[in-house]
Amino acid sequence: MKDTSVESVKISAMRQDLVRVLGANKGLNAVIKKEVGDHLSGKRFLILALLVVVTCLGALYVAAGTIRSAVGQSEIDFVFLRLFTTSGASMPFSFLSFIAFLGPLVGLTLGFDAINGERDRRTLSRVLSQPIYRDALINGKFIAGVIVIVMVIFGLGFLVAGFGLMMTGVPPTLDELLRLLAYLILSVIYIAFWLALSLLFSIIFRQTSTSALAGIAMWLFLAVFFSLLAGMVADGLYPVQKDSGTEQVLANSRAEQAISRISPTTLYDEAVSTIMNPSVRTLGPVLVEQAYGAIKGTLSVGQSLLLIWPHLVGLFAATSICFALAYISFMRQEIRA
Amino acid sequence: MRGENNYIIETFDLTKKYGDILAVDNLNLKVEEGTVYGLLGPNGAGKTTTILMLLGLTEPSSGKAMVAGYDAGRNPLEVKSMVGYLPDNVGFYNEMTGEENLIYTARLNGIAKDEAKKRIRQAVERVGLREAINRKVGEYSRGMRQRLGIADVLVKDPKLIIMDEPTLGIDPEGIHQLLDLIKELAREDGRTVLISSHLLHQIQQICHKVGIFVKGKLIASGTIDDLEKQLLMGEKPEIELKAVPDDENLVKLCENLDGVESIRRKNDLLILDCLRDVREDLVRELHSKGYCPVHLCLRGVSLDSIYLRYFRKEGEYEGHFS
Repeated sequence: MKDTSVESVKISAMRQDLVRVLGANKGLNAVIKKEVGDHLSGKRFLILALLVVVTCLGALYVAAGTIRSAVGQSEIDFVFLRLFTTSGASMPFSFLSFIAFLGPLVGLTLGFDAINGERDRRTLSRVLSQPIYRDALINGKFIAGVIVIVMVIFGLGFLVAGFGLMMTGVPPTLDELLRLLAYLILSVIYIAFWLALSLLFSIIFRQTSTSALAGIAMWLFLAVFFSLLAGMVADGLYPVQKDSGTEQVLANSRAEQAISRISPTTLYDEAVSTIMNPSVRTLGPVLVEQAYGAIKGTLSVGQSLLLIWPHLVGLFAATSICFALAYISFMRQEIRA
Repeated sequence: MRGENNYIIETFDLTKKYGDILAVDNLNLKVEEGTVYGLLGPNGAGKTTTILMLLGLTEPSSGKAMVAGYDAGRNPLEVKSMVGYLPDNVGFYNEMTGEENLIYTARLNGIAKDEAKKRIRQAVERVGLREAINRKVGEYSRGMRQRLGIADVLVKDPKLIIMDEPTLGIDPEGIHQLLDLIKELAREDGRTVLISSHLLHQIQQICHKVGIFVKGKLIASGTIDDLEKQLLMGEKPEIELKAVPDDENLVKLCENLDGVESIRRKNDLLILDCLRDVREDLVRELHSKGYCPVHLCLRGVSLDSIYLRYFRKEGEYEGHFS
């Protein structure tokens, strides 16, 4: 008897907790709903989405053309994946490189005025004086952004896949589909990193223009200058001359790679090119003697995933850290301007 | 949870420091349920900070604020569900219509859809925004935004309404309507209203009680009459008098009245320096001698002069407020 009463007390306590959590989520749901609606109906997002769609379809068109002309000449495998990775003479970028390039911009656009925009419009104190927890606002904004990213990336990925099927007529294998799925998920995580970063900037900086500029500066830095910087630092640590030994050259290139892997952009690029290219078997430097005698072949999905697992974890961690920083600074910030 | 008193707001040594600056200094504010309370003070006195602490939006450095029996710092959600807050220069989402903005508020409050629609219709009707409610807020004038702000507060059906500088930047006609509305909210709905302002003559007409707030401290609190008594204690009252017919005997009569020290003439007014409030005796005397008073006023009793005098007493804020 006693046990059951204890149980029932426990259950009722659990139910109360559940009610409280759901009650707190009411505010969260309202925020998510509103933010997704705002994003999708905003002109800013429309412009960017159009840009991304047009460039990606352009890339697809070129890729399909290139593949078609190559089919007769040599035997090609993984036609479906090539739709995403092939570039042509008239269009030097593939679908992959377009997403890698424009994806961060999508993330930044979704978040750069998340909090300081509310401050500017003087809606922050009014919204937070409603019975919601303070973190419901920032969580809601992040989740809404991620939902929109998922919609854009998956929509675009499947759109391109569908068009590609129609153009080439080669159906994908299960292996290829899984690779595509992994690629899309990776892209979502990567763009979510930029969303979290821009959210952080929108909390730190009071002006929306400052936070937008900071986001773009960060994007340029990571996309263009960081790899140069990594090379310079590696050269400083392990200088390589004409007569340097193998050890030195190897150390130099390993250092460069390690440093550039701090950047989520590098992580994403490496991971994506591995998962979408079954013939990529290793990411580090390979010596001639190691490659000697190796049988030419491709990796299975599982093996490719194993290769990029650290990258995936790293990207996820970078996104989480960025969001955690944004969360903490928002919770500590004064509501007053 | 409620104590035996019926204070809806009660703060205990509420203090907020920003670095070395003391924004709110050991504040003990008490507001009774169902009243209109005016928190008066110059800009930068700590009014908004106090309000944010009452709502649990800012954490006090020490002390606590109890609102409707809940500790605002510990149970902000309970407090915020009962309190409607109209911030200074309230903002809305410009790209949404007035109605959409109100729907968002209703959703954040977890109000069911049908109930929300009903409440929004009533609130909009009440503030007179029916024609404009489907227009984008970006097209609204400042006065309309303010009214939308009040509708926004009414949607959650709050027990307590806190308004921060509600009359700022609104035309006189709008202010008149706003004050009528506030009066109505208190009298007919039985809501408590806390108004913070630095414009007293606007607030004076509708407040049951006022608190004068300077440099983070509540230096006086009570009804306007109370403040008058507190203020005039130890000071000699002056009475302005105008009576017909205005002749020599009138002056003599006043001089002979018990409690009158001296008499001056200022334009067509007689100024009586008194030891006490002699208005009652004076009128009786005038009446019996066939004089008819047409103007009689105890000086320094309007809230304006009280306010000014309090700041003068503090002596630190002269020139700092408009």
